[in-house]
Amino acid sequence: MKKPKIIVVGGGLAGLMAVIKVAEAGWPVQLFSVVPVRRSGSVLAQGGINAALDAKREGDSPEVHFQETITAGDFLANQELPRQMCFKAPEIISLFDRMGVMFNRTPEGWINFRRVGGTHSMGGAKYCRTAYAGHTTGQQLLYALDEQVRRFEAEGLVEKFEGWEFLSIIKDDRMAGRDVCRGIVAMHLATQEVKAFPASAVIVSTGGLGLVFGRSTNSVLSNGSAASAVYQQGAWYANGEFIQVHPTTIPGEDKYRMISEAARDEGGRLWVYRDGKPWYFLEEWHQGNQVPGNLVCRSIHKVIHELGLGIDGGSMVYLDISHLPEEILQRRLKGVVETCEKFTAENPRKVPIKVAPAAHYSMGGLWVDDDHMTSIPGVLAAGECDYQYHGADRLGGNALLSCVYGGMKAGITAVHHAAGLEKGEADPAIFSEGVKRQWGINQEIIDRSGNENPHKLHQELGEWMTEHATVVRYNDKLKKTDEKIQELKLKMKKISLTDRGNWANRELVFARQLHNMLELTRVIVLGALLRDESRGAHYKPEFPERDDRNFLKTTKASWTPNGPKIEYEDVNLKYIKPEWKKSTSK
Amino acid sequence: MEKIYVKIKRRNNPNADSYWEDFQVPKKPGMNVVSALMEIRKNPVNARGIATTPVVWEAACLEEVCGSCTMVINGKVGQACSALIDRLDQPITLEPMKKFPVVRDLVVDRSKIFDALKRVKAWIPIDGAHGMGGTHSVGGPNNPVPGPRVTETERIISHDLACCIACGACLEACPQVNDKSPFIGAAAINQVRLFNRHPIGRLHRDSRLEALMGEGGIDDCGNAQNCVRACPKEIPLTESIAEVGREVTKYAVGKLLGR
Ligand SMILES: Cc1cc2nc3c(=O)[nH]c(=O)nc-3n(C[C@H](O)[C@H](O)[C@H](O)COP(=O)(O)OP(=O)(O)OC[C@H]3O[C@@H](n4cnc5c(N)ncnc54)[C@H](O)[C@@H]3O)c2cc1C
Ligand code: SF4
Ligand code: FES
Repeated sequence: MKKPKIIVVGGGLAGLMAVIKVAEAGWPVQLFSVVPVRRSGSVLAQGGINAALDAKREGDSPEVHFQETITAGDFLANQELPRQMCFKAPEIISLFDRMGVMFNRTPEGWINFRRVGGTHSMGGAKYCRTAYAGHTTGQQLLYALDEQVRRFEAEGLVEKFEGWEFLSIIKDDRMAGRDVCRGIVAMHLATQEVKAFPASAVIVSTGGLGLVFGRSTNSVLSNGSAASAVYQQGAWYANGEFIQVHPTTIPGEDKYRMISEAARDEGGRLWVYRDGKPWYFLEEWHQGNQVPGNLVCRSIHKVIHELGLGIDGGSMVYLDISHLPEEILQRRLKGVVETCEKFTAENPRKVPIKVAPAAHYSMGGLWVDDDHMTSIPGVLAAGECDYQYHGADRLGGNALLSCVYGGMKAGITAVHHAAGLEKGEADPAIFSEGVKRQWGINQEIIDRSGNENPHKLHQELGEWMTEHATVVRYNDKLKKTDEKIQELKLKMKKISLTDRGNWANRELVFARQLHNMLELTRVIVLGALLRDESRGAHYKPEFPERDDRNFLKTTKASWTPNGPKIEYEDVNLKYIKPEWKKSTSK
Repeated sequence: MEKIYVKIKRRNNPNADSYWEDFQVPKKPGMNVVSALMEIRKNPVNARGIATTPVVWEAACLEEVCGSCTMVINGKVGQACSALIDRLDQPITLEPMKKFPVVRDLVVDRSKIFDALKRVKAWIPIDGAHGMGGTHSVGGPNNPVPGPRVTETERIISHDLACCIACGACLEACPQVNDKSPFIGAAAINQVRLFNRHPIGRLHRDSRLEALMGEGGIDDCGNAQNCVRACPKEIPLTESIAEVGREVTKYAVGKLLGR
């Protein structure tokens, strides 16, 4: 008997790992991605991936790694999956090692681990826990999985659909009053064919959502559109308001390019001119530059927006590494130097780097249970688009790990689900209806006439989101942002495509994505508005303390035609009880 | 406001003729080619003031690590995301790569790059994505079996080879890659070098060398050395071709002698 297919949407670290797990179980997989999977967003990660192997005998352990993960997330993460992840991490590193990833080595030829300060909520990292491959860790990990998947592809177990955009899942609600997923509808990006693909389980692993902030450190493919589509079809979206902001990025017209926090760890200093002289504000306020990312973001925000001391009155500050010895720049900050030289044409050995904070990572995502199933049976989520591993903030080096672990877990659950599903029940009509609906949306968008341009609307959305929903959040501004989003939704009805063709029409695809982005930004903004406390990356000066009594809860949004309905759910605190700590505001 | 002059070679679909269209884009500090294309998309009006369709192009990472945005800029193949306007003579010409079928405007179909990776078996055949050695259980010991030991010197060489972003620039620049020749190109040969250097990959060396023999194989290299100059990741491609070439010769001679 032929086994029914399992579909994986998205071929970053999470999706590829899921594909491998499903294929190893002997099930045929169809892998969908807008770009060839080797070009997925995961290539951008530079810093590394965590695993408490305690290779240098400092007293580290998976248990300690787990505790730090939970504290970094300000106790908002459910504790089951992060714990499993931390205990599996050593094995994951050796798995990548076996796949041929060129991790940096010790003089003895074993994998080297380094200390990564990053977003550590308790200041500098205590343990050498991060494995890294030069400054291209994400790229190397992604390639390793891509290569394994190509092996399965050559064996005929995996079929790739690269150049396809996921549009929706196909739900079957004719079974005993319960929805179950039966496949997806996707659109080919050149031919614009809209087609249904039946499957007995669908894993969504479509990555982050940086594009809803206009520009971010993410790949431009990270637009949250697919996750938003599934949310609009009835899946819960959790903790949307938790967005990690990277403190030091180079603002470009096209994107914000991350300057690794290693720059500060190695001795880089932040400053602006005050009264004509350099003022090292972090050193004055926090006795140094090696402080947690959130604190840096808030300090920069204060310098720029409250004191008006940004460079030339604008919204950047200087990050100076020009005083560091060439040896450090070459050995430890090669990526930083390269980014500056390549993308700003300025030499950081001579002039300080102009930086600003930018949206970087979404801790929130599709709600999934401890087996990675969303609230729609048969739809799973893994990677940056799920919400499980980080809580209110994320430990540097834990994202890659959570993508890989989540992908493994989702792959295994998908196989169980598919095996347990009664076969032959799906009514063929649900597939043709699904296609008709999506095709109809395309036609309706092409037929709109007005004078709005979707790319201009997106720019406006991004400016509002970045200004009011990143580092510092005020309730009145959040309310105005939500009103703005609704106004933009109305303007969306008056867009007029400058391309009405039916071949590789990217404007049409973008208009569809923007529609989904607008729905998702409401979840982020309303989640933030209702959460009257400060926790992890979410900071409200009007409510500067963490409020466990009211908000030690997962935010759960469900889609309604009148906007997101927000509920709360208790956090699984099985292993560690929250400790109270003075909030880190400035 | 200062303007940037851009001339773009366009084509509506694979069956249509190509044509040039000129644009003027307001210049902002630090701009690259991608941000100029983004401007055009926001306001698709050509240099003569006539409304047109937005130019179609590809980009993803915008940090020269995904290869998506590769195109021919002022006659030279490169990445639009790392091409700074200030470093380019104007008018800036943008064309799709010629060695791949055009999909639309600046977008080409590069599937042959990935097909080549399949042909040369660019992977380490592991037993499975399961752990080995230690244990899977929470709280258990923590000693998974590592991969092979590698010296830092060797690691650096291999890491650099592994940075190929599958952009296709080396194929675009190579005179041996054309409609009449099926030459596999430098990128795939470099992958063979990478995997054949790896302590475990080496065990499957022969099948990769085999794949580089015969039609379109390594013998088709004409030693023009354009690839190494075109590669944005500065991969020592000519070295790779030489090293793999020697291996192939050794393997072929061995095979001939029945060894
Ligand atoms: C600059 C930067 C540096 C980072 N550094 C680190 C680090 O050092 N350590 C760390 O742990 N983490 C780091 N991160 C975070 C980490 O890289 C990401 O969270 C992670 O790679 C996300 O992987 P993913 O598999 O979820 O998604 P991605 O790798 O983004 O893949 C998403 C996939 O989904 C596909 N897709 C998207 N939408 C659709 C659609 N509608 N239809 C079909 N396919 C679709 C895409 O084509 C792609 O294949 C960094 C992130 C950035 C941006
Ligand atoms: S070898 Fe260099 S030029 Fe060729 S595809 Fe790879 S990165 Fe591009
Ligand atoms: S967009 Fe990734 S290389 Fe240019």
